[in-house]
Amino acid sequence: MRESQFQEPNRFFLNMGPQHPSTHGVLLVVLEMDGEYVLDPQPVLGFIHRMHEKMGESRPCQGFMPNTARMDYVCALPYNHGYVSLIERKAGIEVPKRAEYIRVITSELNRVASHLLWLGAYLLDLGAFTPILYGFDDREHILDILEDVTGSRLTYCYYRFGGVYRDIDDKFVEATRAFIKRLRKRYDIYEKLVTKNIIFIKRAENIGIISPDMAIRYGITGPNLRGSGIAYDIRKNEPYSVYPEFDFEVPVGERGDCLDRYMVRVREMEQSLRIVEQALDTLPDGPVRSKVPKKIKLAPGDCNFAVEAARGELSYYLVGDGTSVPYRLKIRVPSYSNLSCLPELGEGILLPDLVSIMGSLDLVIPEIDR
Amino acid sequence: MEIISTLPPELIRMVFAVIIIISFIFLNAIMMGYLERKIAGHVQRRPGPMEVGSHGILQLVVDGVKLVGKELLVPVNVDRTLFRLGPILSFTPVILPLLVIPFSEKLQARDLNLGLLFIVSMTSINVMAILVAGWGSNNKYSMFGAMRAVAQSIAYEIPILLSMLAVVLMANTFSLKEIVGAQQKIWFILLQPLAFIIYIISGVAETNRAPFDLPEAESELTAGFHTEYSGMGFSLFFLGEYTNMFTVASVATVLFLGGWHGPTLPYGEYLGIVWFFLKVYFLLFFMIMIRWTYPRVRFDQLLNFAWKYLVPFSLVNILITAVVIKL
Repeated sequence: MRESQFQEPNRFFLNMGPQHPSTHGVLLVVLEMDGEYVLDPQPVLGFIHRMHEKMGESRPCQGFMPNTARMDYVCALPYNHGYVSLIERKAGIEVPKRAEYIRVITSELNRVASHLLWLGAYLLDLGAFTPILYGFDDREHILDILEDVTGSRLTYCYYRFGGVYRDIDDKFVEATRAFIKRLRKRYDIYEKLVTKNIIFIKRAENIGIISPDMAIRYGITGPNLRGSGIAYDIRKNEPYSVYPEFDFEVPVGERGDCLDRYMVRVREMEQSLRIVEQALDTLPDGPVRSKVPKKIKLAPGDCNFAVEAARGELSYYLVGDGTSVPYRLKIRVPSYSNLSCLPELGEGILLPDLVSIMGSLDLVIPEIDR
Repeated sequence: MEIISTLPPELIRMVFAVIIIISFIFLNAIMMGYLERKIAGHVQRRPGPMEVGSHGILQLVVDGVKLVGKELLVPVNVDRTLFRLGPILSFTPVILPLLVIPFSEKLQARDLNLGLLFIVSMTSINVMAILVAGWGSNNKYSMFGAMRAVAQSIAYEIPILLSMLAVVLMANTFSLKEIVGAQQKIWFILLQPLAFIIYIISGVAETNRAPFDLPEAESELTAGFHTEYSGMGFSLFFLGEYTNMFTVASVATVLFLGGWHGPTLPYGEYLGIVWFFLKVYFLLFFMIMIRWTYPRVRFDQLLNFAWKYLVPFSLVNILITAVVIKL
C-alpha cells in the first residue's frame, strides 16, 4: 500500500525526528505529506527503550526505586509515589500520616514544575522564545525547594516503602509558601504574554480537537482528557494517599482543542497550589517512616495501583510469587496512550498544526519507551 | 597619483562609498547581533552575554572568529554550484540599496531619481538567494523553507509597494532625497499612518523576522532554508538578514520618519546622520522586541493576512491619498 501511495507525484515522506527540535526527545514521526499538508503521521517508537519493566522483574523491589524516576523525568515524584504505594498495598505496609502529607506536597510541587516546563516548551513549539525562560525561572524555585529536602533536582528517589526518606523542616515550609505567593503574582505575566496573545490563540484555538468519545477510545488521560470535557482525575475518582482530605477542583475544557488543553493545565497549577497550601496548614506531627522489614516478601497474586501523574493516569501492575523480586511488573504510562491518537488527529492538517498538537499533548518520550 | 587624477571623480566617490558601506554592513551586523542578544536577554530576565569584554561587548567578535574558523561543510548529494551560490547571492545585493539611501543631506553615495524602485528591486533578489539555497541543499526541510519564502515574499512585496506609492504620490518623486526634503515641515507618518503600519508589518515579513520567520521556522523546519549550511555560509545569510533589516528600517525612516530631519545640529547637512541613525535603530529595536515577544503565525494565516487585509487596506489608502491630492 505504501508503495502505491509513493507513486503519486505530489506525495512524499518526511522524517520528523528522531532529532527534531519539536519532538522534544528521540521520537520519530514519519509523515506522509502532500505539500505542507500532513496526510498520515505515524509515530515510530523504541529509540530510547531501556527495559525498565524487565529491570523491575530482575531485582528486589527496593532496587527498582531509582528507575521509577527515570521514566518521566519531568514529573518524577508521582512515579515514585505510584511505586511505593503499590508495594505498600501489596505487602500491607502502614504509612504514617505525616509521610503521606509530605508525599502529596512534594508531588503537587513537582506537578506544577512539570506544567511550567510544558507551558514554555509548548510556546517554543509555536515559535515564542520568551515564555520558556519565564517558566524555567519559576520552575527553578521548585527545584531548589525540592533539592533541599530530596537531595536531587530531577530524578528523585525520595519516597521509601513506609514513608519518605527525610522529614521536611521549617525552611521547606517557608520556601514553599513564598513560592506559592510568587507564582500567583506571576499569573498576570503569563496571561499578558501568552493567554491573551492573539497569535497564540489563533494557533491553538480549534486545532487538534479531541472529542470525548475519541479520548475514551484511545485511553487518553490527564489534562488531555479533561480538556475534552471529561472530569476524570485519579485524585478524585479513585482517591489515594490523603487527597480526599483536600478541597480542590478538577478543571475541564469544552471543545477539546489545544487551547482547552492549555487552559486546563494553567488552571491545574492553581489547584495544585491550593492542595499544597491546605496540606501545609494541616500538616500533622509524627514520624515520617514506619518500620519496614529489610526484605519485603511479595505474596503470590496480583496488585494494581494508579496515581495521577502530570500527564495522566499512571498505573503500576505487579504479580508477586512469594519472593522479594516481582514476578511481573507492568507500567501503564499516560504519554503512550496520549500519543496513540496522533495518526487520527493529524490527518489532513498543516505541518505547523501538527507541531502545535504534539506540543499540546505534552509528550515525554522516555516515558513512552521506558 | 597620476592614474587617480585621470579617473573620473564620480568613480572614485563611488569606490569610497562602497568600501565604507561594506565596512558598515559588518559593523551593523556585529552591533545588531549584540543588541539582539542583549535585548533578548533582558526581555527574558537574564543578563545576556556577559563574559567576553565588558558586558559581553566583544561576544560577537569572538563568534565571528569562530564562524570563520568553521569548516565549510558541503553535504554529499547537494547541487554544489547552487549550494555555494546561495549565501553569496544573499549577501551581495544587500550592499546596493544602501548606495541610494540619504543618511543626511550631503551623505548619500548617489541620488537616483528612481531610488525607491532601485531599492525595491535590489531587496527582491534576497528571495532568489533563499530559493537557490533551499533548492540546492537537497533537503526536504530546506525546500519547505524556500517555498515558503517565495510565497511570503510575493505576498508581502505588494503591500510594501502600495504603501510606498502613497508616499510617492504625496512627495511627487521617486528620489529618496527629495522625499526627505518634502518632509521639512511635517513627517509623512502623521499624514500616512495607515501606510506606515502596513509598511512596518510587511517589512518585518519581508525580512523573514519573527513572528513571520516561516522560511526558517525552527520548531517546524529545524532551520528551514539554511539547515545544511555551516560556518561562513551560514553567517553570510545572517549578514544578509541584518542588513536587510537595516535597509527596511532606513526606508521607513526616509519615507515616514523624516529622514535626517530633527532639532538643528551644527554642520546639519552632515550631522543629520545622527537623527537618521537614532530613528533607524529605534525601529530595529522595535523589530527585535516583537521577535522576542510573539509566537510564530501559521503559513496560511500569514498569506491570508497579506491578501485579505494588507493589500485591500493599502489600495484604499492609495485611493484616498490620490483623491485628496487631486482635490
